[in-house]
Amino acid sequence: MMMNKSEFVYAIYIRTTPEQLWSALTSTDFMKQYWFGMHFQTDWKTGSSWRLVFADGRIADTGEIVEVDPPRRLVLKWRNDFRPELKSEGYARCTIDLEPMAGAVKLTITHVMDCAESKFIAAVANGWPRILSNLKSLLETGEILLKMPEAVG
Amino acid sequence: MKDENDKVFKALADSSRRLLLDRLYAGNGQTLTELCEDLDMTRQAVSQHLEVLEAANLITTVWRGREKFHYLNPVPLQEIYERWIKKFERPRLSALHKLKKRLEGDDDE
Repeated sequence: MMMNKSEFVYAIYIRTTPEQLWSALTSTDFMKQYWFGMHFQTDWKTGSSWRLVFADGRIADTGEIVEVDPPRRLVLKWRNDFRPELKSEGYARCTIDLEPMAGAVKLTITHVMDCAESKFIAAVANGWPRILSNLKSLLETGEILLKMPEAVG
Repeated sequence: MKDENDKVFKALADSSRRLLLDRLYAGNGQTLTELCEDLDMTRQAVSQHLEVLEAANLITTVWRGREKFHYLNPVPLQEIYERWIKKFERPRLSALHKLKKRLEGDDDE
């Protein structure tokens, strides 16, 4: 076990092509449909900065594009921007890998922070499964299962 | 889709495999040797259970040098949650919401 870092590795198989999946990951309008209204603002070039923006325009997260290799690999430096206790942990690294399989693409998300018990990693670890599940549903059926997170009480 | 869910349910229908998932939840990114510690299972049995879990996409693996690390992958569980559980929860959540409003003296329900 790596105690000096926090990380997760999530994978999902989506019946689509690497090109379509890449486009879904990087196009603003498509992203808004499965990322709970949020979207990335960036030119997707190596070394460029990026911002993840809420539907109402507030900034959720920011970072830098470390590597872009369409339609195979995207590496991002990633920092939370709206929760001080997460922002103070600094930058995490997110690697997104696309591997074509028979009739599908394996999408792997690896998120790593160089500290034990990272609160940021715990927070994104919770969010990614819903986003990935929405993305799969949207690409395979054209619909999403889960709309906005439901506020109760 | 049907096939994928079958694999997930079958993989979960075994207490040893659920135990391995619990151990990965407690400590993500473990080698086979680490996962075998303090378990009443042979290394080979653990290895076979891990293969079933990986085929169901409930764990992901990463090679670093000559070591293979295992990670918990909750994404298939999320899909099952959305398909099989969430829809049954909605009426209950709505009932709780009404109860809270009533108890807190909010009259507009």
